[in-house]
Amino acid sequence: MSKGVILFSSIHYVLHAEKLIKAKGFFFDLIPVPRHLSSDCGICLLFDWEQKEQLIDLLEKAGLKIEGVYLLDNREK
Amino acid sequence: MTEVINFMNSKKDIIYFDNAATSWPKPSQVLEAITKFMNEIGANPGRSGYQLSIEAARIIYEARESLAKLFNFNDPSRIIFTLNATESINLALKGLLKPNDHVITSSMEHNSVMRPLRQLEKHGIELSIIPCSSEGYLDPDDLKRRIKPNTKMIILNHASNVIGTILPIREVGQIAKKHNIIFLVDAAQTAGAYSIDVNRDSIDLLAFTGHKSLYGPQGTGGLVIGPRIKEDEMIPLKQGGTGSRSEFEEQPDFLPDRFESGTPNTVGIAGLLAGVRFVIEKGVDKIRQHEVKLTQKLIYGLKDFQKIHIYGSENIEERTSTISFNIEGLSPSNVAFRLEKEFGILSRAGLQCAPSAHRTIGTFPDGTVRFSLSYFNNEDQIEKAIEAIRHLIEK
Repeated sequence: MSKGVILFSSIHYVLHAEKLIKAKGFFFDLIPVPRHLSSDCGICLLFDWEQKEQLIDLLEKAGLKIEGVYLLDNREK
Repeated sequence: MTEVINFMNSKKDIIYFDNAATSWPKPSQVLEAITKFMNEIGANPGRSGYQLSIEAARIIYEARESLAKLFNFNDPSRIIFTLNATESINLALKGLLKPNDHVITSSMEHNSVMRPLRQLEKHGIELSIIPCSSEGYLDPDDLKRRIKPNTKMIILNHASNVIGTILPIREVGQIAKKHNIIFLVDAAQTAGAYSIDVNRDSIDLLAFTGHKSLYGPQGTGGLVIGPRIKEDEMIPLKQGGTGSRSEFEEQPDFLPDRFESGTPNTVGIAGLLAGVRFVIEKGVDKIRQHEVKLTQKLIYGLKDFQKIHIYGSENIEERTSTISFNIEGLSPSNVAFRLEKEFGILSRAGLQCAPSAHRTIGTFPDGTVRFSLSYFNNEDQIEKAIEAIRHLIEK
Protein backbone atom coordinates (compact mmCIF):
# COMPACT_ATOMS: atom_id res chain seq x y z
CA MET A 1 0.00 0.00 0.00
CA SER A 2 1.37 3.44 -0.93
CA LYS A 3 2.35 5.79 1.85
CA GLY A 4 2.62 9.55 1.92
CA VAL A 5 3.81 12.22 4.30
CA ILE A 6 2.30 15.53 5.40
CA LEU A 7 4.70 18.29 6.39
CA PHE A 8 3.99 21.13 8.80
CA SER A 9 6.00 24.20 9.72
CA SER A 10 6.16 23.48 13.45
CA ILE A 11 6.15 20.38 15.67
CA HIS A 12 3.17 22.03 17.39
CA TYR A 13 1.06 21.48 14.27
CA VAL A 14 2.35 17.92 13.80
CA LEU A 15 1.14 17.08 17.29
CA HIS A 16 -2.16 18.86 16.75
CA ALA A 17 -2.64 16.81 13.57
CA GLU A 18 -1.69 13.63 15.39
CA LYS A 19 -4.35 14.28 18.00
CA LEU A 20 -7.07 14.83 15.39
CA ILE A 21 -6.10 11.78 13.35
CA LYS A 22 -5.80 9.53 16.38
CA ALA A 23 -9.31 10.51 17.47
CA LYS A 24 -10.65 9.44 14.06
CA GLY A 25 -8.81 6.12 14.12
CA PHE A 26 -6.84 6.54 10.86
CA PHE A 27 -3.46 4.86 10.39
CA PHE A 28 -0.57 7.25 10.96
CA ASP A 29 2.94 7.47 12.32
CA LEU A 30 5.35 10.27 13.13
CA ILE A 31 8.64 9.94 11.26
CA PRO A 32 11.67 12.10 10.54
CA VAL A 33 11.13 14.23 7.44
CA PRO A 34 12.77 12.52 4.42
CA ARG A 35 15.91 14.48 3.74
CA HIS A 36 15.13 15.36 0.11
CA LEU A 37 11.79 16.99 0.97
CA SER A 38 12.59 19.67 3.53
CA SER A 39 14.06 20.24 6.96
CA ASP A 40 10.78 21.66 8.23
CA CYS A 41 10.58 20.88 11.93
CA GLY A 42 12.26 17.49 11.51
CA ILE A 43 9.14 15.39 12.04
CA CYS A 44 6.25 14.69 9.71
CA LEU A 45 3.13 12.61 9.55
CA LEU A 46 3.18 9.30 7.67
CA PHE A 47 -0.19 8.11 6.33
CA ASP A 48 -1.88 5.70 3.89
CA TRP A 49 -1.99 7.46 0.54
CA GLU A 50 -5.49 6.24 -0.19
CA GLN A 51 -6.79 8.22 2.82
CA LYS A 52 -5.20 11.42 1.58
CA GLU A 53 -8.39 13.34 0.78
CA GLN A 54 -10.11 12.47 4.07
CA LEU A 55 -7.04 13.42 6.11
CA ILE A 56 -6.46 16.72 4.39
CA ASP A 57 -10.11 17.59 4.75
CA LEU A 58 -9.97 16.80 8.49
CA LEU A 59 -6.83 18.87 9.05
CA GLU A 60 -7.94 21.84 7.00
CA LYS A 61 -11.33 21.95 8.73
CA ALA A 62 -9.44 22.25 12.04
CA GLY A 63 -7.56 25.24 10.62
CA LEU A 64 -4.20 23.50 10.34
CA LYS A 65 -1.81 24.92 7.80
CA ILE A 66 -0.20 22.14 5.73
CA GLU A 67 3.23 22.84 4.26
CA GLY A 68 3.27 19.96 1.81
CA VAL A 69 1.87 16.49 0.96
CA TYR A 70 4.19 13.98 -0.74
CA LEU A 71 3.86 10.45 -2.03
CA LEU A 72 6.77 8.31 -0.89
CA ASP A 73 8.25 5.84 -3.34
CA ASN A 74 8.78 2.28 -2.12
CA ARG A 75 12.45 2.70 -1.24
CA GLU A 76 11.68 5.41 1.32
CA LYS A 77 9.17 3.62 3.50
CA MET B 1 20.81 11.34 53.98
CA THR B 2 20.06 11.88 57.69
CA GLU B 3 20.68 15.57 57.16
CA VAL B 4 18.12 15.67 54.36
CA ILE B 5 15.52 13.91 56.54
CA ASN B 6 16.18 16.26 59.46
CA PHE B 7 15.87 19.20 57.13
CA MET B 8 12.54 17.90 55.76
CA ASN B 9 11.20 17.30 59.27
CA SER B 10 12.14 20.79 60.37
CA LYS B 11 10.09 22.15 57.44
CA LYS B 12 6.91 20.85 59.06
CA ASP B 13 6.97 23.77 61.48
CA ILE B 14 7.38 26.38 58.80
CA ILE B 15 4.42 28.55 57.85
CA TYR B 16 5.04 29.67 54.29
CA PHE B 17 3.27 32.96 53.55
CA ASP B 18 5.29 34.14 50.54
CA ASN B 19 3.25 32.65 47.73
CA ALA B 20 3.11 35.95 45.83
CA ALA B 21 6.87 35.57 45.35
CA THR B 22 6.61 31.88 44.46
CA SER B 23 4.19 29.24 45.64
CA TRP B 24 5.39 26.50 47.96
CA PRO B 25 4.81 23.66 48.49
CA LYS B 26 3.85 22.38 45.05
CA PRO B 27 1.28 19.62 44.42
CA SER B 28 2.93 16.17 44.47
CA GLN B 29 1.87 15.69 40.82
CA VAL B 30 4.23 18.51 39.85
CA LEU B 31 7.21 16.84 41.51
CA GLU B 32 6.27 13.50 39.94
CA ALA B 33 6.03 15.04 36.45
CA ILE B 34 9.45 16.66 36.82
CA THR B 35 11.04 13.42 38.02
CA LYS B 36 9.32 11.42 35.31
CA PHE B 37 10.62 13.76 32.62
CA MET B 38 14.19 13.57 33.94
CA ASN B 39 14.09 9.79 34.44
CA GLU B 40 12.14 8.61 31.43
CA ILE B 41 12.13 11.26 28.69
CA GLY B 42 14.90 13.82 28.96
CA ALA B 43 15.25 14.54 25.22
CA ASN B 44 15.24 17.85 23.37
CA PRO B 45 11.63 18.53 22.28
CA GLY B 46 10.92 18.08 18.59
CA ARG B 47 14.51 18.61 17.49
CA SER B 48 15.06 15.00 16.54
CA GLY B 49 12.92 12.33 14.96
CA TYR B 50 13.03 9.67 17.66
CA GLN B 51 10.19 8.88 20.04
CA LEU B 52 11.60 10.47 23.18
CA SER B 53 12.11 13.76 21.38
CA ILE B 54 8.52 13.62 20.15
CA GLU B 55 7.39 12.73 23.66
CA ALA B 56 9.16 15.81 25.04
CA ALA B 57 7.48 17.97 22.38
CA ARG B 58 4.15 16.40 23.31
CA ILE B 59 4.53 17.63 26.90
CA ILE B 60 4.96 21.18 25.64
CA TYR B 61 2.03 20.75 23.25
CA GLU B 62 -0.20 19.50 26.09
CA ALA B 63 0.92 22.38 28.32
CA ARG B 64 -0.14 24.90 25.68
CA GLU B 65 -3.51 23.15 25.34
CA SER B 66 -4.12 23.09 29.09
CA LEU B 67 -3.26 26.78 29.46
CA ALA B 68 -5.53 27.63 26.52
CA LYS B 69 -8.35 25.79 28.28
CA LEU B 70 -7.68 27.60 31.56
CA PHE B 71 -7.74 31.05 29.93
CA ASN B 72 -10.57 30.18 27.49
CA PHE B 73 -8.32 30.82 24.51
CA ASN B 74 -8.93 28.93 21.29
CA ASP B 75 -5.47 28.80 19.67
CA PRO B 76 -2.77 27.07 21.76
CA SER B 77 -0.13 27.79 19.09
CA ARG B 78 -0.37 31.45 20.16
CA ILE B 79 0.78 30.70 23.71
CA ILE B 80 4.52 31.33 23.98
CA PHE B 81 6.66 29.90 26.77
CA THR B 82 9.10 32.19 28.54
CA LEU B 83 11.12 32.10 31.75
CA ASN B 84 8.64 34.20 33.73
CA ALA B 85 6.07 37.00 33.50
CA THR B 86 8.90 39.55 33.35
CA GLU B 87 10.25 38.07 30.13
CA SER B 88 6.72 37.90 28.69
CA ILE B 89 6.12 41.58 29.46
CA ASN B 90 9.51 42.54 27.98
CA LEU B 91 8.70 40.56 24.83
CA ALA B 92 5.33 42.27 24.43
CA LEU B 93 6.57 45.80 25.14
CA LYS B 94 9.84 45.70 23.24
CA GLY B 95 8.37 43.66 20.42
CA LEU B 96 5.50 46.03 19.68
CA LEU B 97 6.26 49.58 20.84
CA LYS B 98 7.99 52.10 18.61
CA PRO B 99 9.19 55.68 19.23
CA ASN B 100 6.30 58.16 19.57
CA ASP B 101 3.85 55.44 20.63
CA HIS B 102 1.88 56.44 23.73
CA VAL B 103 1.39 53.92 26.53
CA ILE B 104 -0.94 54.04 29.55
CA THR B 105 -0.31 52.13 32.75
CA SER B 106 -1.18 52.39 36.45
CA SER B 107 0.80 53.56 39.47
CA MET B 108 0.31 50.11 41.03
CA GLU B 109 2.60 48.26 38.62
CA HIS B 110 5.47 45.99 39.57
CA ASN B 111 8.95 46.79 38.29
CA SER B 112 8.47 44.03 35.70
CA VAL B 113 6.31 46.61 33.91
CA MET B 114 7.83 49.88 35.18
CA ARG B 115 11.46 49.15 34.36
CA PRO B 116 11.03 48.11 30.73
CA LEU B 117 8.68 51.10 30.25
CA ARG B 118 11.21 53.50 31.79
CA GLN B 119 13.84 52.02 29.49
CA LEU B 120 11.58 52.47 26.45
CA GLU B 121 10.83 56.02 27.53
CA LYS B 122 14.50 56.81 26.87
CA HIS B 123 13.94 55.61 23.32
CA GLY B 124 10.99 57.87 22.60
CA ILE B 125 7.97 56.03 24.03
CA GLU B 126 5.50 58.40 25.66
CA LEU B 127 4.26 57.17 29.04
CA SER B 128 1.18 58.08 31.13
CA ILE B 129 0.88 56.60 34.61
CA ILE B 130 -2.60 56.76 36.15
CA PRO B 131 -2.45 57.49 39.86
CA CYS B 132 -4.49 54.90 41.77
CA SER B 133 -6.18 55.50 45.13
CA SER B 134 -4.40 54.64 48.38
CA GLU B 135 -6.33 51.34 48.34
CA GLY B 136 -4.94 50.65 44.88
CA TYR B 137 -8.10 51.35 42.87
CA LEU B 138 -8.03 52.59 39.32
CA ASP B 139 -10.74 54.82 37.92
CA PRO B 140 -11.56 53.70 34.34
CA ASP B 141 -12.85 57.21 33.52
CA ASP B 142 -9.45 58.63 34.43
CA LEU B 143 -7.90 56.12 32.03
CA LYS B 144 -10.36 57.07 29.29
CA ARG B 145 -9.42 60.74 29.58
CA ARG B 146 -5.75 59.93 28.97
CA ILE B 147 -6.29 58.19 25.63
CA LYS B 148 -4.65 60.07 22.75
CA PRO B 149 -4.52 59.47 18.98
CA ASN B 150 -1.08 57.81 19.36
CA THR B 151 -2.05 55.58 22.32
CA LYS B 152 -0.82 52.15 21.25
CA MET B 153 -1.09 50.10 24.42
CA ILE B 154 -2.67 49.89 27.88
CA ILE B 155 -0.81 47.78 30.44
CA LEU B 156 -2.33 46.78 33.75
CA ASN B 157 -1.61 44.28 36.47
CA HIS B 158 -4.64 42.10 37.16
CA ALA B 159 -3.93 42.31 40.89
CA SER B 160 -1.35 44.16 42.94
CA ASN B 161 1.58 42.11 44.24
CA VAL B 162 1.73 44.45 47.25
CA ILE B 163 -1.85 44.75 48.55
CA GLY B 164 -3.80 42.33 46.35
CA THR B 165 -6.23 44.91 44.93
CA ILE B 166 -7.86 43.59 41.76
CA LEU B 167 -8.06 46.04 38.88
CA PRO B 168 -11.16 46.30 36.64
CA ILE B 169 -9.59 44.57 33.63
CA ARG B 170 -12.89 43.69 31.96
CA GLU B 171 -14.01 47.30 31.91
CA VAL B 172 -10.61 48.53 30.73
CA GLY B 173 -10.49 45.76 28.11
CA GLN B 174 -13.71 47.08 26.62
CA ILE B 175 -12.34 50.61 26.53
CA ALA B 176 -9.15 49.39 24.83
CA LYS B 177 -11.11 47.39 22.27
CA LYS B 178 -13.38 50.31 21.47
CA HIS B 179 -10.40 52.61 20.85
CA ASN B 180 -8.41 49.92 19.00
CA ILE B 181 -5.64 49.96 21.63
CA ILE B 182 -3.63 46.86 22.51
CA PHE B 183 -4.46 45.62 26.02
CA LEU B 184 -1.68 43.83 27.93
CA VAL B 185 -2.52 42.25 31.28
CA ASP B 186 0.12 41.19 33.81
CA ALA B 187 -1.51 38.18 35.46
CA ALA B 188 1.48 37.19 37.59
CA GLN B 189 -0.63 37.43 40.76
CA THR B 190 -3.86 35.91 39.48
CA ALA B 191 -3.40 33.21 36.82
CA GLY B 192 -4.71 30.05 38.48
CA ALA B 193 -6.13 31.75 41.57
CA TYR B 194 -8.71 33.99 39.92
CA SER B 195 -10.80 33.45 36.82
CA ILE B 196 -9.29 34.87 33.60
CA ASP B 197 -11.06 34.70 30.26
CA VAL B 198 -9.13 36.40 27.48
CA ASN B 199 -12.27 36.71 25.32
CA ARG B 200 -14.63 38.00 27.99
CA ASP B 201 -11.97 40.38 29.34
CA SER B 202 -10.88 41.56 25.83
CA ILE B 203 -7.22 40.81 26.58
CA ASP B 204 -4.82 41.04 23.62
CA LEU B 205 -1.72 39.96 25.50
CA LEU B 206 -1.74 37.98 28.74
CA ALA B 207 1.59 37.66 30.57
CA PHE B 208 1.56 34.89 33.15
CA THR B 209 4.03 33.16 35.41
CA GLY B 210 4.11 29.41 35.96
CA HIS B 211 5.54 29.26 39.46
CA LYS B 212 2.93 31.10 41.52
CA SER B 213 -0.77 30.17 41.41
CA LEU B 214 -0.24 27.72 38.54
CA TYR B 215 2.02 25.71 40.90
CA GLY B 216 4.74 24.97 38.36
CA PRO B 217 8.46 25.31 39.08
CA GLN B 218 10.44 28.55 38.82
CA GLY B 219 11.69 29.37 35.34
CA THR B 220 8.31 28.88 33.68
CA GLY B 221 5.94 31.50 32.32
CA GLY B 222 4.34 32.59 29.11
CA LEU B 223 2.56 35.06 26.91
CA VAL B 224 -0.86 34.56 25.31
CA ILE B 225 -0.93 36.43 22.00
CA GLY B 226 -4.49 37.27 20.96
CA PRO B 227 -5.77 37.38 17.39
CA ARG B 228 -5.61 41.19 17.16
CA ILE B 229 -1.81 41.05 17.43
CA LYS B 230 -0.10 40.41 14.10
CA GLU B 231 2.87 38.18 14.88
CA ASP B 232 4.95 39.49 11.99
CA GLU B 233 4.69 42.98 13.50
CA MET B 234 6.02 41.79 16.86
CA ILE B 235 9.82 41.56 17.02
CA PRO B 236 11.19 38.55 18.93
CA LEU B 237 13.43 39.32 21.94
CA LYS B 238 15.82 36.64 20.71
CA GLN B 239 16.53 34.73 17.55
CA GLY B 240 18.01 31.27 17.20
CA GLY B 241 17.38 27.60 16.68
CA THR B 242 13.78 26.44 16.72
CA GLY B 243 14.04 22.95 15.24
CA SER B 244 12.11 24.24 12.22
CA ARG B 245 13.18 25.74 8.87
CA SER B 246 16.73 24.71 9.64
CA GLU B 247 17.92 25.44 6.11
CA PHE B 248 17.21 29.17 6.55
CA GLU B 249 19.22 31.68 8.51
CA GLU B 250 16.20 33.93 9.02
CA GLN B 251 13.94 33.62 12.07
CA PRO B 252 10.65 31.80 11.24
CA ASP B 253 7.53 33.99 11.07
CA PHE B 254 5.02 31.42 12.36
CA LEU B 255 3.90 30.72 15.93
CA PRO B 256 4.93 29.49 18.37
CA ASP B 257 8.44 29.08 16.88
CA ARG B 258 8.92 32.77 16.08
CA PHE B 259 9.22 33.63 19.78
CA GLU B 260 10.74 30.41 21.15
CA SER B 261 14.38 30.17 20.16
CA GLY B 262 16.78 27.85 21.91
CA THR B 263 16.11 24.70 23.92
CA PRO B 264 13.15 25.41 26.20
CA ASN B 265 12.81 24.59 29.90
CA THR B 266 11.05 21.32 29.06
CA VAL B 267 11.49 19.83 32.53
CA GLY B 268 9.96 22.99 34.00
CA ILE B 269 7.12 22.96 31.50
CA ALA B 270 6.45 19.30 32.41
CA GLY B 271 6.00 20.48 36.01
CA LEU B 272 3.90 23.43 34.87
CA LEU B 273 1.61 21.13 32.88
CA ALA B 274 1.00 19.09 36.03
CA GLY B 275 0.37 22.31 37.97
CA VAL B 276 -2.14 23.62 35.43
CA ARG B 277 -3.91 20.25 35.40
CA PHE B 278 -4.04 20.39 39.20
CA VAL B 279 -5.65 23.86 39.03
CA ILE B 280 -8.17 22.78 36.37
CA GLU B 281 -9.04 19.62 38.30
CA LYS B 282 -9.53 21.46 41.61
CA GLY B 283 -11.27 24.34 39.86
CA VAL B 284 -10.19 27.99 39.98
CA ASP B 285 -13.41 28.82 41.85
CA LYS B 286 -12.75 26.26 44.56
CA ILE B 287 -9.15 27.46 44.96
CA ARG B 288 -10.39 31.03 45.15
CA GLN B 289 -13.04 30.10 47.77
CA HIS B 290 -10.40 28.51 49.99
CA GLU B 291 -8.09 31.52 49.69
CA VAL B 292 -10.99 33.93 50.33
CA LYS B 293 -11.89 32.07 53.51
CA LEU B 294 -8.30 32.24 54.79
CA THR B 295 -7.83 35.88 53.77
CA GLN B 296 -11.05 36.89 55.52
CA LYS B 297 -10.02 35.06 58.67
CA LEU B 298 -6.61 36.72 58.63
CA ILE B 299 -7.97 40.24 58.05
CA TYR B 300 -10.68 39.86 60.72
CA GLY B 301 -8.11 38.51 63.14
CA LEU B 302 -5.70 41.38 62.64
CA LYS B 303 -7.80 44.46 61.97
CA ASP B 304 -8.89 45.15 65.54
CA PHE B 305 -5.39 44.98 66.97
CA GLN B 306 -4.11 48.33 68.13
CA LYS B 307 -1.05 49.68 66.36
CA ILE B 308 -1.67 47.67 63.18
CA HIS B 309 -2.41 49.12 59.80
CA ILE B 310 -3.65 46.84 57.00
CA TYR B 311 -3.43 48.25 53.48
CA GLY B 312 -5.82 47.75 50.60
CA SER B 313 -9.49 46.90 50.62
CA GLU B 314 -11.37 45.10 53.36
CA ASN B 315 -13.82 43.95 50.69
CA ILE B 316 -12.78 40.41 49.92
CA GLU B 317 -14.31 40.51 46.43
CA GLU B 318 -11.85 43.19 45.40
CA ARG B 319 -8.65 41.55 46.52
CA THR B 320 -6.49 38.46 46.27
CA SER B 321 -4.97 36.55 49.18
CA THR B 322 -2.06 39.00 49.44
CA ILE B 323 -2.17 41.14 52.58
CA SER B 324 0.22 43.98 53.41
CA PHE B 325 0.43 45.51 56.88
CA ASN B 326 2.61 47.48 59.26
CA ILE B 327 2.91 47.55 63.02
CA GLU B 328 3.41 50.97 64.54
CA GLY B 329 6.89 51.42 65.98
CA LEU B 330 8.36 48.34 64.29
CA SER B 331 10.11 48.30 60.93
CA PRO B 332 8.75 45.85 58.33
CA SER B 333 12.09 44.07 58.12
CA ASN B 334 12.24 43.67 61.88
CA VAL B 335 8.70 42.26 61.96
CA ALA B 336 9.50 39.78 59.17
CA PHE B 337 12.75 38.77 60.87
CA ARG B 338 11.05 38.12 64.21
CA LEU B 339 8.17 36.28 62.56
CA GLU B 340 10.65 33.82 61.13
CA LYS B 341 12.95 33.57 64.16
CA GLU B 342 10.29 33.25 66.82
CA PHE B 343 7.38 31.68 64.93
CA GLY B 344 8.70 30.10 61.72
CA ILE B 345 6.46 32.35 59.60
CA LEU B 346 7.99 33.26 56.24
CA SER B 347 6.80 36.61 54.89
CA ARG B 348 8.25 39.32 52.70
CA ALA B 349 9.20 42.75 54.01
CA GLY B 350 10.05 45.90 52.11
CA LEU B 351 9.01 47.18 48.70
CA GLN B 352 8.30 43.84 46.97
CA CYS B 353 9.81 45.18 43.70
CA ALA B 354 7.01 47.73 43.37
CA PRO B 355 8.21 51.20 44.48
CA SER B 356 5.46 53.00 42.56
CA ALA B 357 2.77 50.92 44.29
CA HIS B 358 4.26 51.79 47.69
CA ARG B 359 4.29 55.50 46.80
CA THR B 360 0.62 55.12 45.88
CA ILE B 361 -0.38 53.54 49.19
CA GLY B 362 1.93 55.84 51.19
CA THR B 363 4.48 53.29 52.42
CA PHE B 364 7.56 54.33 50.43
CA PRO B 365 10.46 53.83 51.21
CA ASP B 366 10.04 51.52 54.22
CA GLY B 367 7.46 49.29 52.61
CA THR B 368 5.25 46.75 54.38
CA VAL B 369 5.17 43.22 55.71
CA ARG B 370 3.42 41.03 53.18
CA PHE B 371 1.61 37.75 53.81
CA SER B 372 0.53 35.95 50.64
CA LEU B 373 -1.47 32.74 50.87
CA SER B 374 -2.02 29.77 48.60
CA TYR B 375 -4.33 26.78 48.32
CA PHE B 376 -1.90 24.89 50.56
CA ASN B 377 -2.26 27.16 53.57
CA ASN B 378 -4.82 26.31 56.25
CA GLU B 379 -6.85 27.86 59.07
CA ASP B 380 -4.52 26.58 61.75
CA GLN B 381 -1.63 28.51 60.18
CA ILE B 382 -3.77 31.66 60.03
CA GLU B 383 -4.59 31.34 63.74
CA LYS B 384 -0.90 30.88 64.58
CA ALA B 385 0.00 33.94 62.52
CA ILE B 386 -2.65 36.08 64.27
CA GLU B 387 -1.29 34.99 67.66
CA ALA B 388 2.27 35.74 66.52
CA ILE B 389 1.32 39.29 65.52
CA ARG B 390 -0.52 39.76 68.80
CA HIS B 391 2.67 38.75 70.60
CA LEU B 392 4.80 41.19 68.54
CA ILE B 393 2.39 44.05 69.29
CA GLU B 394 2.10 43.32 73.01
CA LYS B 395 5.71 42.51 73.81
